[in-house]
Amino acid sequence: MSNKNFKPAWLDWIDRRLPVSNAYEKHMSKYYAPKNFNWWYVFGLLAMIVFVNQLLTGIWLTMSYVPSAAEAFNSVEYIMRDVDMGWLLRYMHSTGASFFFLTVYLHMFRGVLYGSYQKPRELIWVFGMFVYLIMMAEGFMGYVLPWGQTSYWGAQVIISLFGAIPVIGEGLQEWIRGDFLISGITLNRFFALHVIALPLVLALLVVMHVLALHEVGSNNPDGIDIKKHVDDKGVPLDAVPFHPYFTVGKLPQVVLFLFVFCGVIFFMPEGGGYFLEHPNFEMANALKTPAHIAPTWYYGAFYSILRAIDFPIFFIEAKLGGFMAMGGAIAILFVLPWLDRSPVRSWRYKGWMSKFAIIIFAIAFAMLTYLGGQPVTALNGILAKIGTVIYFAFFLLMPWYTKYEKTKPVPERVPE
Amino acid sequence: MIKKILIILSASLLASAVSAAGAEVHLDKMKPDSHDNISLQEGLRTYMDNCAGCHSLGFARYNRVARDLDIPESLFMDNIVFAEDAKFGDLMKFSMTEQDGKKWFGAAPPDLTNVTRVRGVDWVYTYLRSFYKDDSRPYGVNNSVFKDVGMPHVLLGLQGLCSEKPHTATGQEIDPLTGHEITHESCANYAVEGSQTTDEFNKTVYDLVNFLNYMGEPYQNDRRRLGWFVFAFLTILLVPSILLQRELHKDIH
Repeated sequence: MSNKNFKPAWLDWIDRRLPVSNAYEKHMSKYYAPKNFNWWYVFGLLAMIVFVNQLLTGIWLTMSYVPSAAEAFNSVEYIMRDVDMGWLLRYMHSTGASFFFLTVYLHMFRGVLYGSYQKPRELIWVFGMFVYLIMMAEGFMGYVLPWGQTSYWGAQVIISLFGAIPVIGEGLQEWIRGDFLISGITLNRFFALHVIALPLVLALLVVMHVLALHEVGSNNPDGIDIKKHVDDKGVPLDAVPFHPYFTVGKLPQVVLFLFVFCGVIFFMPEGGGYFLEHPNFEMANALKTPAHIAPTWYYGAFYSILRAIDFPIFFIEAKLGGFMAMGGAIAILFVLPWLDRSPVRSWRYKGWMSKFAIIIFAIAFAMLTYLGGQPVTALNGILAKIGTVIYFAFFLLMPWYTKYEKTKPVPERVPE
Repeated sequence: MIKKILIILSASLLASAVSAAGAEVHLDKMKPDSHDNISLQEGLRTYMDNCAGCHSLGFARYNRVARDLDIPESLFMDNIVFAEDAKFGDLMKFSMTEQDGKKWFGAAPPDLTNVTRVRGVDWVYTYLRSFYKDDSRPYGVNNSVFKDVGMPHVLLGLQGLCSEKPHTATGQEIDPLTGHEITHESCANYAVEGSQTTDEFNKTVYDLVNFLNYMGEPYQNDRRRLGWFVFAFLTILLVPSILLQRELHKDIH
């Protein structure tokens, strides 16, 4: 093993036909990542782990799940009670859904903190946003499959949103449902999309996201361009190979994450009614509306924005206005790379306005997420409106405050 | 027509979202103990004697319950299973049809396998103890937790029947000496006397709800036990992972 270039014959045979070693070096052992990565950088890896968890547990759940209006609910209970370790598979999957969003939200926020979306990483951000968008659809359709009360009525609320679109709204709803009401037909098509179409797209987008990242290289907490200083082999001086430093080297963080993840699975699988909502343990009933319908927590912020517009704006009625605000809130995330005009990437070197904006935005987003699960009251309504204003102001004012604020000089090299 | 239905549906959605913020009923707290087999067995007995006539436990199987609650098969089949053609491995679906239920009670009695997961144990515990005399209702009883419920007071023989709406406790009082909660006699006058005292009846209902809580998640003891093993494994895994990280860190700085 002392010879560094030693390569077993079988690997050599493969490499002449398929660039396995080449790909391994490009993406793992010779992909150079900045050495000043901090703990914020672990969430991409964690999201990937949860994604694999979703795929694997999903496959096994599919083996016992029956996608029909008559049998779906029963089959989920069958999985929970009669399938060996079925409850574990289901809780891993349901908890995984929440943790997928949690890790992705933190991963995205890392990008916001350190300006990881800025040139030349715009496409990474855009691919990431598509991942997020597909995740939202995937999560929504997955939640319909157990065919409980929240499944049914949640779907009712979400699909009826499309009815707000003028002219085509009514027909569009029918097209999505495949029926005049949410029915077994809707359930079956959501099943097909949830287990085949969307996961395929998701996996493809994740690959694009990583390929785009590996083309330009990772950003870092200081937003320094590490490729400016390289040794005679072209290796950045302030970088270390991704593997093993950010794979094996991040194991303690992964284990700590698993403590939290497994803590929920084994000791509070319902997540206090946020991960598995209580009415969903009752079979879907089109004639019985549950007392309180709240979307799962990860849609909370956008649901709050939708509800915040409860007044007509000029000739646009409230329902359409809310739908547009919600759509706009998601759409505006896509153009974030072009809204930030700052000469520096990381908030460490941005001015006080950017720092203030990021903090207040994070608070507003958390508040909107919380309010999305709460009933509408006078106070909640006002808070949701304030949160919505902050949410949009953060993005719409960004070109201005990032351009005119005074920034600090970014060091040439990563500080020791 | 479809449009009308949808409008009504979405209106009721909005209305219910608003009304959900309304007054909450005070619920007595109960802490289930899924390891207390005696209590679970008592709960099963009370269930089969009083509830099983109308409410199925249709997602659970007899043999699973017998195994979990340490009841031998012969004893279980002779004393617990009523239906003559029922097999030990059958789902616990009892005889009443949905049509009959609707005809007799206005709504089919729901399956109760998951009732504590839908309503919570506190709700069920309080509900079962909150019936009172109300002659305006078809069965002469009403419930202070579930207004105008269609169900008769099945446990009347045990509890008796309170002659007026029981006053709800506004807060929990703790005995400063023992640290236990003080139980109040919530009903002042009984229209019908029951065979049990208040404490006995509270215990009966506790056991019943404890059993239903087990029903909602029969694997809950396994789940927690496995959880501790997983935690132990992760703790052990943490050690080499930290050592590896330290070793790698030496190269970076």
